[in-house]
Amino acid sequence: MSTASLTEADQYCTFWADGLYFGVPVSGVQEVLRFQPMSAAPRAPKSVYGLINLRGQIVTAVDLRHRLGLSERPADQSPMNVVVRSRGEVVSLLVDDIGDVIDTDGVAIEAVPPTLPASVRAVVTGVVPLPDTILLVLDGDLAADVLAAG
Amino acid sequence: MSEDDEIVQEFLVESHENLDQLDRDLVDLEQQPGSKELLSSIFRTIHTIKGTSGFLAFSNLESLTHVGENLLSRLRDGELTMTPEIASSLLRMVDTVRSLLAVVERTGSDADDSIDVAPVVDAIKACLETPAEEAKAVAKRAPAKRAPARKAPAAAPIAEELPVTDETPAELVELDEQPEPEVHIDAFEVEADAPAAHATAPVPAGAEEHGEGTARRSVADSTVRVDVDLLDTLVRLVGELVLSRNQILQQADAAVQSGADVELARASQRLNLVASELQESIMKTRMQPIGQLWAKFPRVVRDLGAQLGRNVKLEMDGQETELDRTLLEAVKDPLTHLVRNSIDHGIETPEDRVAAGKPEQGTLLLRAFHESGQVVVEIVDDGKGIDPAKIGAVGVKRGLITEDQLVRMEQREILNLIFRPGFSTAEKVTNVSGRGVGMDVVRTNIERIGGTVDLSSRPGDGTTVRVRIPLTLAIIPALVVGELGERYAIPQANLVELVRVEGADLKRDVEDLAGAPLLRLRGHLLPLVGLANALGLSDRSLASSESLTVVVLQADDIRFGMVVGEVHDTQEIVVKPLGRQFKGIGLYAGATVMGDGGVALILDVGGLAARAGVDNSMTRTAEVRTVEDDRTALLLLDLGEGRRAALPLAEVARLEEFESAKIERSGGTEVVQYRDGILPLVRLDRAIGLAPSSETPDPLSVVVHGSGDSLVGIVVDKVLDVVEETVIANNIGARAGVIGSTVVQDRVTDLVDLDAVVASAGGRY
Repeated sequence: MSTASLTEADQYCTFWADGLYFGVPVSGVQEVLRFQPMSAAPRAPKSVYGLINLRGQIVTAVDLRHRLGLSERPADQSPMNVVVRSRGEVVSLLVDDIGDVIDTDGVAIEAVPPTLPASVRAVVTGVVPLPDTILLVLDGDLAADVLAAG
Repeated sequence: MSEDDEIVQEFLVESHENLDQLDRDLVDLEQQPGSKELLSSIFRTIHTIKGTSGFLAFSNLESLTHVGENLLSRLRDGELTMTPEIASSLLRMVDTVRSLLAVVERTGSDADDSIDVAPVVDAIKACLETPAEEAKAVAKRAPAKRAPARKAPAAAPIAEELPVTDETPAELVELDEQPEPEVHIDAFEVEADAPAAHATAPVPAGAEEHGEGTARRSVADSTVRVDVDLLDTLVRLVGELVLSRNQILQQADAAVQSGADVELARASQRLNLVASELQESIMKTRMQPIGQLWAKFPRVVRDLGAQLGRNVKLEMDGQETELDRTLLEAVKDPLTHLVRNSIDHGIETPEDRVAAGKPEQGTLLLRAFHESGQVVVEIVDDGKGIDPAKIGAVGVKRGLITEDQLVRMEQREILNLIFRPGFSTAEKVTNVSGRGVGMDVVRTNIERIGGTVDLSSRPGDGTTVRVRIPLTLAIIPALVVGELGERYAIPQANLVELVRVEGADLKRDVEDLAGAPLLRLRGHLLPLVGLANALGLSDRSLASSESLTVVVLQADDIRFGMVVGEVHDTQEIVVKPLGRQFKGIGLYAGATVMGDGGVALILDVGGLAARAGVDNSMTRTAEVRTVEDDRTALLLLDLGEGRRAALPLAEVARLEEFESAKIERSGGTEVVQYRDGILPLVRLDRAIGLAPSSETPDPLSVVVHGSGDSLVGIVVDKVLDVVEETVIANNIGARAGVIGSTVVQDRVTDLVDLDAVVASAGGRY
């Protein structure tokens, strides 16, 4: 992990997926939405959960649990949307629950423990050891990079 | 500073426009060397550039345009006449001006070492230094000759009645010699003082120009330059408005139905009308005449003709045909390539043309017109045409097709081989074309914007390339279909017809050929693709359904039927891009928002066909079926151990599969219970004198032959394919049950004598 990416933000928009506590720098987040109706996207990469009409714009919804190789979301649980701006597009990350915007107040970001699964390490750029929990800093661009092969 | 920048920016925009006009004018001038209008127009352009560059202190530009202007003024005043050398040096000047402008655009100054103005200036000066006497002689001759000549033809009939006419030539000459600005005023005065002269005598050059001048001015007054981004934003917003309108209409309809007030309905109707009109007008702002694109072709044709030693006349028809500017941009390169190709490969050298009994000058015609919601652009040349035999031979040599395929191909298909990647027939590679990368790129680029390209040619007479492009891409009419609770939009351009097949028709018309469902539609076989299957949502067999809704689709040469769950309606949809996650799937052309706010994916019909494995060869056979009478549709059978047999498809009632456990015996004959009756079976391998196959497939593939009560099941190892063949039978291998053999798909195949086979079953029955 480069140090540049470790120090860039202090404020994070936080959310949970499969019990893990994630954060993306607020600067990259456009908005946070409750569950939105979605259209299926057959033959799209597996992590693509569907398409959302966001005020006339077509937004791809990427299921973060699948993207990170975590367990599947229980069928009775509706995902929430963390809408991020990524590489000139807008992408929605589907998460279990939304947390607050937190300020890490200078708590240093540490490297991702090498013991985390590779699928998680692929999109998490660092961890912030907060007093009561550990925040995984997610790279929105990488999370939204889902290729047809994936 | 920023104000200066703005001025420079405006100067650049204006100059670029002027230069395009200049190119056209110079090429025209070569055709009509004496034309005062053209010379004046060119002079004006250069003069403007000179003036502004002097003001902005672009000294290189100024010195260049200055000598150019001198040369032009002497041409205009008749002191010099147009020669190819002068034309070339003027074109060279225009090119240099253009590169200087590019430098200005890049660096903000015209001082750049890469562009040397001096040689161009010298060349123009050399033109100016024609012997003075000659120039004078020309000057004397020219007006004297020209004026009466111009007057004579049209004016002759009425001239006698008009005393004024005598003066007209004199005035004309005078006019011609006036410097530019005065020409306007004088011409105007002439017109005002002697309306009779103007009305009857041929319109003096000056007056004509004056007319043009006013037209230009009024156009300039009535138009505004608008930033393209702003237009794009407007188009996007109108798209949104159309969607919102659709939603409101739906809501209003529902409200009115439940007895709400009528005012709402009225208001929504008004909104509907206004939105539609607004949409139409906004789309119009993006429409540009194709002539704008063609404007550079006269120069391209001239330069290329000169370079390749071809004498080519360019004709254009339908310049005013409009299409969306994004599309215009997208077809620019493909069209240029096609034009270059026509000159390079199509039109012959003057000597060859004369030898072939054609006029020395070749003609290249560009024609554009609207046809069924599309723009058709044709590039027609009267050159040597394309020899299908030669194309076919190259196709085989390059490994694009096999000899066998070639024999079966239609002429048109063979010609269109040139659009395949890796195809080039140029015997020598020129730097114009012939590297074998052109035509497939042309096709790819045109198909990318939803267009098609097609080529026809008559050897010796010329070639026509026809490009079809949609009018606009942003809002398209589409058919909305439903499948498993989701909606999908199919562009209307791909839609051929809707067919519903159910009940007895379904049993009769839909066949499952070795897992590939086919629909008999008015004598054609149409491959069927289930939308749900293609999207990987289901693997149910189409033939086993109760009823089928088939959307017949066409993409390029490919025609197939897509089976959908339900058909909703047709509507105007706004095409929206999909995110990068959808790259490489190839099934979708975008997405759109429906009236209720839901998202529907827009199907890419070509991609869908490719995904479903419907390719040209399949539909080619289907097409051929209708036109080629000497061909027979054959059902190709595998008899195990690589042995193949074929029987006429017309003789096949159905294809069935039976589990071997279902086989019973009646006397010495194998039978199965079939449709409340008994179907006698005959093993084809044994019936035609082959050893029984060692493979014992289960279930058994059975070809049902006959009708009514006299059905016979012919047991084969596997049904391979349906092929369209001109059967060239020989009696090699002829024996009981076999008429002879033929070659199908490069394999020797026994032609089954069905009567004999059935008789053998009946004999034992």
